[in-house]
Amino acid sequence: MRRLLWPVVVLVLLLVLNVFFTPSFFSIEVKDGHLYGSLIDILRFGAPLILVSLGMTLVIATGGIDLSVGSVVAIAGALACLQISQDASVFTAVVLALGLSVVLGAWNGFLVAAVGIQPIIATLILMVAGRGLAQLITDGQIITINSPEYKLIGGGYWLTLPFSVILVIIVLGITAFLTRRLALGMLIESVGGNAEASRLAGIRSRGIIIMVYAFAALCAGVAGLMISSNVSSADGNNAGLWIELDAILAVVIGGTSLSGGRFSLSGTVLGALIIQTLTTTIYSIGVPPETTLLFKALVVTAVCLIQSPSFRAKVFRRRGRTAPPSPAAEEKVRVTA
Amino acid sequence: MTTLTLGRTSVPAKYLPVLVTGCLFVAMFLVGGIRYEGFATGQIILNVFIDNGFLLVVAVGMTFVILTGGIDLSVGSVVALSTMISASLMAGPGWPPYLVVPLVLLIGSGLGLVMGYIIHAFDIQPFIVTLAGMFLARGLCYTIGTDSIPIEDPTFTAFAQTRIDLFADMWISPSVVIALVVVGVAAYVLHYTRFGRAVYATGGSEQSALLMGLPVARTKVTVYTISGFCSALGGVLLSFYMLSGYGLHAVGMELDAIAAVVIGGTLLTGGTGFLLGTVLGVLVLGLIQTIISFEGTLSSWWTKIFIGLLLFVFILLQRLFSARTRR
Amino acid sequence: MAVPAPVLTMSGIGKQFPGVKALDGVDLRLLPGEVHALMGENGAGKSTLIKVLTGVYPADAGTIELGGATVAFGSPLEAQQAGISTVYQEVNLCTNLSVAENIFIGREPRRFGRIDWKRMRARANELLSRLELSLDVSAPLSTYSLAIQQMVAIARAIDVDARVLILDEPTSSLDADEVEQLFRVMRRLKEEGIAILFVSHFLDQIYEISDRMTILRNGRLVGEYLTKELPQVELVAKMIGQELAALERLHGEAKVFARPLIEARELGRAGAIEPFSLTIHEGEVVGLAGLLGSGRTEIARLLFGADHAGTGEIAVSGSQTSLRTPRAAMTHKIAFCSENRKADGLVPDLTVRENIILALQATRGWTRPVPREQQDELVGKYIKALRISPPNPEHLVRNLSGGNQQKVLLARWLILEPRLLILDEPTRGIDVGAKTEIQRLVAELSDGGMAVLFISAELEEVLRLSHKVEVLRDRRLVAELPNDDSLTTDVLMETIASGGRTS
Repeated sequence: MRRLLWPVVVLVLLLVLNVFFTPSFFSIEVKDGHLYGSLIDILRFGAPLILVSLGMTLVIATGGIDLSVGSVVAIAGALACLQISQDASVFTAVVLALGLSVVLGAWNGFLVAAVGIQPIIATLILMVAGRGLAQLITDGQIITINSPEYKLIGGGYWLTLPFSVILVIIVLGITAFLTRRLALGMLIESVGGNAEASRLAGIRSRGIIIMVYAFAALCAGVAGLMISSNVSSADGNNAGLWIELDAILAVVIGGTSLSGGRFSLSGTVLGALIIQTLTTTIYSIGVPPETTLLFKALVVTAVCLIQSPSFRAKVFRRRGRTAPPSPAAEEKVRVTA
Repeated sequence: MTTLTLGRTSVPAKYLPVLVTGCLFVAMFLVGGIRYEGFATGQIILNVFIDNGFLLVVAVGMTFVILTGGIDLSVGSVVALSTMISASLMAGPGWPPYLVVPLVLLIGSGLGLVMGYIIHAFDIQPFIVTLAGMFLARGLCYTIGTDSIPIEDPTFTAFAQTRIDLFADMWISPSVVIALVVVGVAAYVLHYTRFGRAVYATGGSEQSALLMGLPVARTKVTVYTISGFCSALGGVLLSFYMLSGYGLHAVGMELDAIAAVVIGGTLLTGGTGFLLGTVLGVLVLGLIQTIISFEGTLSSWWTKIFIGLLLFVFILLQRLFSARTRR
Repeated sequence: MAVPAPVLTMSGIGKQFPGVKALDGVDLRLLPGEVHALMGENGAGKSTLIKVLTGVYPADAGTIELGGATVAFGSPLEAQQAGISTVYQEVNLCTNLSVAENIFIGREPRRFGRIDWKRMRARANELLSRLELSLDVSAPLSTYSLAIQQMVAIARAIDVDARVLILDEPTSSLDADEVEQLFRVMRRLKEEGIAILFVSHFLDQIYEISDRMTILRNGRLVGEYLTKELPQVELVAKMIGQELAALERLHGEAKVFARPLIEARELGRAGAIEPFSLTIHEGEVVGLAGLLGSGRTEIARLLFGADHAGTGEIAVSGSQTSLRTPRAAMTHKIAFCSENRKADGLVPDLTVRENIILALQATRGWTRPVPREQQDELVGKYIKALRISPPNPEHLVRNLSGGNQQKVLLARWLILEPRLLILDEPTRGIDVGAKTEIQRLVAELSDGGMAVLFISAELEEVLRLSHKVEVLRDRRLVAELPNDDSLTTDVLMETIASGGRTS
């Protein structure tokens, strides 16, 4: 796929850059039956972001956006840890946390699809209130738990692989199955690509939109469990802070347009990996880690400019002539018809 | 001669949202006064101003942006960057405040100008551009330093600690005066200048504004510049308030500012709203915090939950309102 | 009567778009104190001509003279400053602002740099009273009806000492009283010596208000006529043209069908179409004839549930039902190929295969995907049957030509095996080859028992295919004519022109 070319190139460049600073960067070794190595770390630390980004991809494909995923991350982690600290079984805790996430997501979807509020605004409500809700659950404290089973979700290993990576693969598999083997993906792309045409083709877009927001929240919930499990504690204030912005960034880098329509799951995974690798790289080449944000700003700007048709028109004007007729030109013809 | 009087409501509907917010504020104040001792004083309201002067200034800038139908996520970071630049320049090379403050204001406006230009020229969503601006400004903060830098410049601290006494033992800080001046100037600009009306027109319908020959491009770039300026000024006021520069100052302030604007009755889709509403929105947010601190048993996170609830109610009202007028 | 010197003269105007010659040697002159109607069907070049005049597009050929001096405007703003103001069908005002502001924004009266609201309101009142309107000028524009908004737009347009006022379909969303009011304003402006260029699809209105008209067809000038000297039939004939098509003459025939499929009784929707009754039988091709804006598309959308009907009822195969959503219509096996393929037909980012399969998939829900083999088989079959080119199912629909996009849309509905297929201008903007293919297909389908509602601006085409023809005029169904030997394009034009009153 040609549109994945640039993300792949960037990722490879970043990885190669690391080798110059850390010669052992690509080495993976097995210790106590567990895989270790920088690449494994990138996957492991990047797991929550990949999950959130997957959900975000579908939301953006419908032409929406979900700002509340960071809050959902915090809420899910908080609820699970609270339950475990009150001697509930890990299973109950996980089910409750994920159940609540789905409900919150469906609420977002309801506001967007049924009430008709703009997605940015509808999810802003939960973004603000959700942080408070998470702190309400933890009572403003950082809940620390000691549960080996729970630790497995974010910090454990299974079949030599980090369990979080396995989880990501499972969720990715399910998402790919739902969207690409079943017809969900096509209907999402249709709704995001042309809502009115979809309505006239008989698609029930309301249900699809609610489901997609619920799915995004579910992904965020799993990510929340992962993050809290990894550190064996829940922090209502800081868990998943700004992860929604990273996720949106990952989706955009992955080639899914913010205006909806076509989406690429593999592109999103690449995008999330690029962001995670960028963070890792900044640590390993000795640049102060605080500057990560600066690099992100540069990446966002570059990616958006490259995706912007008017930027391309302005910068690559000479090449523009041989390009296929621009939508603007077609528009003009249509107007006269 | 034919006279036409068609569907005109007796109460000017455009003032309704502001009225609702005003009533909400009064009701909250009354409830607080009944529940808590020592609440129903003028100084409580003045304290809300004193504690939220910087937010008010930032929200004024945000109002301009939202009135055109845009959004500015970078304001919180620009506030932090401004405190950081002020503190580091005064602490390190020992620059005097009268040099530092204009410089900070210039940097803030410059950032806004660049973001506005990118939004306009390359037709990229404001959400994404200002998100990049948010990352950039926060990142710059951390490159200056990761720790809090105290401000010890004598002029600066003296100004920060000045109390302007009003009647009956009530007082305000100079920051409140600055904030109110900003509100006044902004209200004048929005109501009495061609630029201000172009802001409303652009938010009402960009397409129509263009066809009516209004300078839409210039208007859009200008509102982001104003927002950048207001954020920088808000940062200066925050450094008076905190007497420090810190990269973690004003985290999430963009959300507070947006919430204040929305609660103040400004439509997030643009074109409708008043600065007075924004002022009331900031006051409501501040009063929520005051009530929660008076309540004692209620923890600070209830603030966020209440703000979220208020947002929900107001957005729902807006939605119903706009659905009705469209028909 | 001596003809005064024209205010505006356009001569030999030509405009080329990639692949389309939109205007070719068109002349237009506007006389002061006259309402001049610009007439033509879809694609005749009316909007292009107006856009060339107002500086939206530069002209490729020809000259424009305003008051004797040659002009070329770079933007609508320049045109406005020179005294040429335009009011469009879609009111291009900001409804969130007050009436007074909408009239003056961008040139508000100021005192010491500060907007003088008092003077602005006073001047707005003055200007509106010139149009015999009295409004609360400080109320937001959104509190007034569309008609009033239209007048406010006119007030804005004439404030700048307009010499030429262009009204582009101002009446299409107004009711009769509102139109009357608009006409009063127009007559008033006429008396002041303003030249008005008026575009409307309502023949009655043209004959009521206009003094003179220019007719365009396919980007060419047909001629300029005095309205009172041109009978309506001739006008319709000149607009539609008597193209002697080189296509085979596949005249439809009047047949009696036994089994009614769709029976609409007094179905209507305010502002779109007046209540109409219509029966479509199984295997019958019903043609809808009428000019653009006569309510053709509106009937189609009501029968498909794309819009809600305000009045009346509908029965499918004899049983009452309500078609509240496209989904409901689809369960009754009704399919609708919309007129505007880009806006409400295809999803440009999806492939040919996905676009074809979309409606079928929608009926199955997302959990039951159409198996890939079945998809490939269906898609392959229709690509072949409809000769979609390029015959690659994985091609993005956005990259296909108009005719092939139309075929993709057709294929989407054909795989559902509908009982009623509604085709809204299926042959518009596509080449002759594709046109005949689609016509032949329609004939085949109806032979196979499918009912077809066929909408086309080309009367020839309607006659060739239909068993009976429904004639529309000014949003009313005015006649139902069996397609027997006596029915010709002339008769159809006569009916459209007279509104079915004489026949």
